[in-house]
Amino acid sequence: MALFQTENVSKRYAGHTALDKVSIEVPEQSIYGLLGPNGAGKTSLIRIINRITGPDEGQLWFKGEKLQQKHISNIGYLPEERGLYRKMKVGEHALYLARLKGLSKKEAHVKLKEWFDKFGIGGWWNNKVEELSKGMQQKVQFIITVLHEPELLIFDEPFSGFDPINVELLKEEILNLRDKGTTIIFSTHNMASVEELCDHIALIDRSKKILDGKVKEIKKEYQSNTYSVAFDHFDGLLSSFLDDRFKIVDEGEDEDRRFASIRIAEGHQSNELLERLVSKVNIHAYNEILPTMNDIFISVVKENEGK
Amino acid sequence: MNKIWLVIKREYLTRVRKRSFIVMTILGPILMASVFVIPMIIASFSDDEKMVVEVLDETGWFYEKFTDTEEFEFKYTVEDLTVAKVKLMAEDEFALLYIPRRELTVPSSAILYSLRQPGVDLKSYISNVMSKEVESQKLRINLDEMTLSEEDRERAMKLPQLIRTDIELVTMKMDESGAEEETFTEVMMAVAFISGMIIYMFIFIFGAQVLRGVMEEKTSRIIEVMVSAVRPFQLMMGKILGIAMVGLTQFLLWVVLTFAIVSIFQVAFVDQLPGPDVRMAVTPGSEQMAQQVSPTEIARVFEVINSINYEVILISFLFFFLGGYLLYAALFAAVGAAVDSEADTQQFMMPITLPLFLGFIIANMAIYNPDGQLAVWFSMIPFTSPVVMMARIPFGVPVEQIWISGILLILGFIFTTWIAARIYRTGILMYGKKVSYKELWKWLRYKS
Repeated sequence: MALFQTENVSKRYAGHTALDKVSIEVPEQSIYGLLGPNGAGKTSLIRIINRITGPDEGQLWFKGEKLQQKHISNIGYLPEERGLYRKMKVGEHALYLARLKGLSKKEAHVKLKEWFDKFGIGGWWNNKVEELSKGMQQKVQFIITVLHEPELLIFDEPFSGFDPINVELLKEEILNLRDKGTTIIFSTHNMASVEELCDHIALIDRSKKILDGKVKEIKKEYQSNTYSVAFDHFDGLLSSFLDDRFKIVDEGEDEDRRFASIRIAEGHQSNELLERLVSKVNIHAYNEILPTMNDIFISVVKENEGK
Repeated sequence: MNKIWLVIKREYLTRVRKRSFIVMTILGPILMASVFVIPMIIASFSDDEKMVVEVLDETGWFYEKFTDTEEFEFKYTVEDLTVAKVKLMAEDEFALLYIPRRELTVPSSAILYSLRQPGVDLKSYISNVMSKEVESQKLRINLDEMTLSEEDRERAMKLPQLIRTDIELVTMKMDESGAEEETFTEVMMAVAFISGMIIYMFIFIFGAQVLRGVMEEKTSRIIEVMVSAVRPFQLMMGKILGIAMVGLTQFLLWVVLTFAIVSIFQVAFVDQLPGPDVRMAVTPGSEQMAQQVSPTEIARVFEVINSINYEVILISFLFFFLGGYLLYAALFAAVGAAVDSEADTQQFMMPITLPLFLGFIIANMAIYNPDGQLAVWFSMIPFTSPVVMMARIPFGVPVEQIWISGILLILGFIFTTWIAARIYRTGILMYGKKVSYKELWKWLRYKS
């Protein structure tokens, strides 16, 4: 069941269209990747989901109900560009934001202490925000976003400003939250993390949704039946013994080996290529090249540009 | 509502705890009090030859009652008042004390004519001598009427009240041409000028704080984090009201502390007058100073503040400060939300600072002519009314004018808040765009 849905949402600003009939469906307890180039309209959509701005057309649904102000306390939002009052004390600031989200003072205090300790910033409670490193500030913001345990979380580039160790810590927490039942909308340009985390994605380009679905299915759809082979050096051309069922996409070599990427024409099996190669060269490695989300992203956006 | 309250609390507490706020709270009253106190101190150190005070006593009660002090020499005259005045100007005597005859009643008033500002020490000495003399005369009359009955005892109990006498001593400053001016208006003007200026300053200082606060939230992207929890209007109003409370706190602390400091000095310097060691504040070196704020004025300022005006001025100050501040703070918030950097504020600041400054200029004229057309009209227009009205109020303003001005001011700030809220909610999330007036007009018409 979809926890959140948008239906033909459009938003126009004077002179340009930020969103053009965008419909997405975010399944419950999933991590939903919201992808797209800069300026595609992701932030506009996220702001509409948060009711920071309203759509010009279209409907939004939260758990089957029309999205209303009362749902906002059930949504946590970590914006891409995020700041804190530099002169405030960290603990005081966190308490302030937590209370604005509707937590009682006592409850907020207990939960904040817990999270601060978990993220290793418990000792910074009485320091001023400006004394914190960027990464620590990001941690504080992450904590504040999730503290009131909303059912829907929206993360916009959550990993920016974090070192790899903390990125891992954060990823773990995000997966944790998902496993506990939270639904997460995840907007990023980092395709590697999309692959690692997301179950579903939607790709928005130039104010339109141009692709969406389960990550696994999309990958399958975009796989090109291409295989990479590594084999010993030999005198001669690889193409000399491959017929038109196989197309060499890429070739290369180093001191020890030669490499090639070969696409197999539709209707033919990978074994047919293997049979061909086995008799001619000494194979060290053979595996299917699956398209990365990065490849899919680039090819889909480029294709859209051509239109 | 709860959220606005949280915002107000944060805005208030973070500012009140700042070192700059505490320093200002302490320095302000010291500065203001020093305006009153320094002349008193100067007066106590100054030295001069004896000054002649001519006494024209029509009642005859006070002949030889004023004894010479170290700085004053009292001469008694029986000339006609006009003649005495001419003599005062011609012979460079310091002052002329005129005690008019009163039919049927005891003397209760006197006029002190002087070319220069008479000092408070002289004035209080005269009042002192006069009231003591009148009191002793009254006592004598009462005692004469006494019989030995029991009623007398009761009457004797009431004696202190019966004979208590307040001498009304009016000071008249004369210029070379002989024109007279009741110097009391100078106090009014000073009070009017000071209250007009403070309200102007407060609107500016705290309005600018709203501007900076909004800009801080926008440029550092705090707003991004906030808008998912609070509605932009709540955030804007919370900030405006929070800072208003900072302003009120500062003002009330100033009032209380200034009074405390001045009272201490008043007790220390004024009440011991006219002691033999206390001199006039008119040594050649301090003449300039003495001209501007002489001890007499201080005494009169105390008189004014101790009289009914004190409450009226304070209450109207609070109302017109709040009204004017709310009106301008909303506009400052809108500008802060519209721009990306301090430099961009310039083009939008003009239309805000101009009417405020205009109000200040007109207030300066209003203190010379508080009931003139100009002053009356500009004390009605909401954008100038807080400053101009404050400059008029010490002179007394018809109640209906205050009501109209007040209601217009309230309507004014509702209007600017409505406009500001619309610009704010769009501008606060708009980056990297050079905003023009045309653009602002578009924002005004966006539906939410």
